Amino acid sequence: MTNLFLLQLLNGMQFGILLFLIAAGLTLVFGIMDFVNLAHGVVYMVGAYLVVTFTSLTGSYGLGLLLTLPATLLVGLVLELSVFRRLYERPHLDQVLATFGLVMIITEGVQVIWGAAPLSVPMPELLSGSVPLIGAMRYPVFRLVIIAAGLLTALGLYLVIGHTRIGMRLRAGASNRAMVAALGVDIGKLFTVIFAFGAMLAGFAGAMVAPVLTVDPGMGEQVLILAFVVIVIGGIGSVRGAFAGALLVGLVDTLGRSFGPILLRAVMEPAAAGQAGRVLAPMLVYILMAVILAVRPSGLFGAKT
Amino acid sequence: MTRLTLTRAWAATILFAAFAILPMIAQALGDSYLIVIATRILAYAIAALALDLILGYGGMVSFGHAAYLGIGAYAVAILGRAGITDLGAHMLAAIAVAAVFALITGAISLRTRGIYFIMITLAFAQMGYFFFVSLSAYGGDDGVTLNARSTVFGQPLLENNTALYYTALALLIGLYLLAVAITRSRFGRVLTGARENPLRMQAIGFSPFRYQLTAYVISGCMASIAGVMLANQASYVSPSYMDWHRSGELVVMVVFGGIGNLLGAVAGATIALLLEEWLALLTKHWPILFGLILVLVVLYSRDGLSGFFRRNRS
Amino acid sequence: MSLLDVRGLRKAYGALNVTDDLNLSVEKGELHAIIGPNGAGKSTLIAQLSGQAGSDAGSVRFDGAEMMGQPMHARVRAGMSRSFQITSILPGFTVLENVAAAVQARRGSSFRFFAPVAGERALNDTAMEALARVGIAERAAMRAGSLSHGEKRQLELAIALATAPKLLLLDEPLAGTSGQEAERLVEVMRSLKGEVTLVLIEHDMDAVFSLADRISVLVYGRIIATGRPDEVRTDPKVRAAYLGEETAEEGA
Ligand SMILES: Nc1ncnc2c1ncn2[C@@H]1O[C@H](COP(=O)(O)OP(=O)(O)OP(=O)(O)O)[C@@H](O)[C@H]1O
Ligand SMILES: [Mg+2]
Repeated sequence: MTNLFLLQLLNGMQFGILLFLIAAGLTLVFGIMDFVNLAHGVVYMVGAYLVVTFTSLTGSYGLGLLLTLPATLLVGLVLELSVFRRLYERPHLDQVLATFGLVMIITEGVQVIWGAAPLSVPMPELLSGSVPLIGAMRYPVFRLVIIAAGLLTALGLYLVIGHTRIGMRLRAGASNRAMVAALGVDIGKLFTVIFAFGAMLAGFAGAMVAPVLTVDPGMGEQVLILAFVVIVIGGIGSVRGAFAGALLVGLVDTLGRSFGPILLRAVMEPAAAGQAGRVLAPMLVYILMAVILAVRPSGLFGAKT
Repeated sequence: MTRLTLTRAWAATILFAAFAILPMIAQALGDSYLIVIATRILAYAIAALALDLILGYGGMVSFGHAAYLGIGAYAVAILGRAGITDLGAHMLAAIAVAAVFALITGAISLRTRGIYFIMITLAFAQMGYFFFVSLSAYGGDDGVTLNARSTVFGQPLLENNTALYYTALALLIGLYLLAVAITRSRFGRVLTGARENPLRMQAIGFSPFRYQLTAYVISGCMASIAGVMLANQASYVSPSYMDWHRSGELVVMVVFGGIGNLLGAVAGATIALLLEEWLALLTKHWPILFGLILVLVVLYSRDGLSGFFRRNRS
Repeated sequence: MSLLDVRGLRKAYGALNVTDDLNLSVEKGELHAIIGPNGAGKSTLIAQLSGQAGSDAGSVRFDGAEMMGQPMHARVRAGMSRSFQITSILPGFTVLENVAAAVQARRGSSFRFFAPVAGERALNDTAMEALARVGIAERAAMRAGSLSHGEKRQLELAIALATAPKLLLLDEPLAGTSGQEAERLVEVMRSLKGEVTLVLIEHDMDAVFSLADRISVLVYGRIIATGRPDEVRTDPKVRAAYLGEETAEEGA
């Protein structure tokens, strides 16, 4: 039981880290530009597809990953320059519609290029083993690598945002958009950088999970909406909030699914508990979001309104 | 009555009259598929109308209105399996559940504004989606085929596609008139005022929240009726009714027809669905074309889609 | 007992104490002007009194009831209305509808969904009276957003009047109005004296000294003097802090 718990704890963390990589860029876009981007999830998906192709071209997952990063950066850049920057001054409704259109185009486009059938990337030889946890239980090395990579990224973001000039501008912008302009920063450039960088983070997440998940055209959508939940919980514009929110959502979702039914069994018939657990578990994170919003409408780390 | 409202009354009469004679045209053409599409259009028109009430008049961009389609559709499936087949009962159940869901999620969503509101309504709809996905008794992901359509006075009248069509049309017209009345009422004035300038409304003594929440609940209930119609039309119910793409399509319909113009929502649903049907004939990758049209129209009209259509109309 | 009794009111934006332990009493029926230099915290005070902005500490008693913690709309219903320094109207509504909405708020339930509100004679008649009073009755059918700036100021006042307040808080009603419109608005305020209790914030000193029963001087979030116009005019503290440096030197 403790073993299972530890295992699920690690799984939850890994899922949370993944959500953080996706939510980090998105929360900045929302907070600083007041821009709704529904097309962020498809960039994550494109990252996964690209790593599939690059890995088979180069024969190495590592190289594939290295190529995916600049490629998704480029995707972000192209999207920003061609579409997003024309929408900053528009009402949210227009932003929602245009990025929804992009979701339709890219999701379908991916199927034209790669087909609708799920793809996969072989696990790199070096990282395909597992390490012992307590007793006989083992844990795949690659999942630990995902966790480590995510934590390193979080640390890097923390340093950049907390201790560099561009980070200072970001923080200023997230809490007060007019102030960034007042500081004499070229807003257009700052936005482009944030977008491209956010896209790269999402692409990185997609590339990292490609070896452990199947790569399919629907993979971007579920994480997009969970990333929204993360952002809402953490507070729009707060990278720290996104980190806390992502871990919270990852853990609650994973632990809820495996231990929900077990806990319910303590108060219910086993069969009913199983059924109720299965129904409730996927709803848990949304209920969590509702509770947090009811208490703090601007999220855990959001600016008070 | 002003000239504008007269023009609108005429436009409504013409549009609904066209819908009314459609089955005869379909029969003359010998095209039985037409009536199937048209019934779907009517159902979506009901949902788009419901959404326009809060989006166009209340300024609330809900990106989760597909949840109510799902609630309506599952009301038919679940009651039907329990042996309750009456259409009225199905609609009442759908409305009741939709009201509760809208009341709870609306009360939370409406504490926030702008981007938050969009994301939260989307998230709550997704919660509903997963709820029905995990309902294995009703097919989970795969959904469930209905044994029979809803009955009227104990009679299986709706098994006839034309009868179902006219039922949907009657509901649409009724709900349209209801929505028009609401927007012109005392309540509608407060709702519109809260969109225009919430601070001003507070400063004359209104709490916008109560009115917005009420409108949100009304809209959810209306949209659930669309779900009841959709389930009957397809004789099939699945979580895909609550897919977030469906919520997006509803927003597209409202905007295609021009927001804040209830009749426009009906026209928008018609345009969007016909466009989909037509593009699907051209290529199986029609979403690319649909998405492209969406992006281009938003980009190349200065005040968005609604502006584009307004300019092209005048 | 005073109609409005403010005790120990505070509000800070960061390190800036915008309202700093402020005390103020407004008697029933008086026109009480509040003057003070730009940025003294006058609009913030109105925002705190009306419930638009929160307060860090203090009490606001109105008509015997504590208003602190009450939302804006509840204070309006209790009889405390305000106008905005920066015009705040419903631009897409007609001029008449702007005012009729305010009448509607205090007359009957607004949870009525079927009857067309445009046909409610009682609302429209009362709204027309308010429009006539401020002098823009002939604009009733126009879209409010298309009014001239001065007319918008008149509409702003008409809306506040239409809420039938016991206490009216006016934040620079004359701001940006031309001579003729300003005169009209001053006359409207004069006619309101005795009928409604007024708190008037205004930079136009001619208007203030001709209208006010009492004047309070607000500087850096504190009321430094309160009194009849002639008392305030000669108060050395006021002259020092507000009316100009040369007089301050004279006093020193
Ligand atoms: N939301 C806010 N955040 C931070 N500071 C604020 C805010 N609102 C007002 N202030 C500051 O509080 C002070 C008082 O502002 P306020 O608008 O109340 O002054 P005022 O007396 O109405 O001035 P004026 O005569 O120019 O209208 C100013 O220094 C202003 O910059
Ligand atoms: Mg001011």
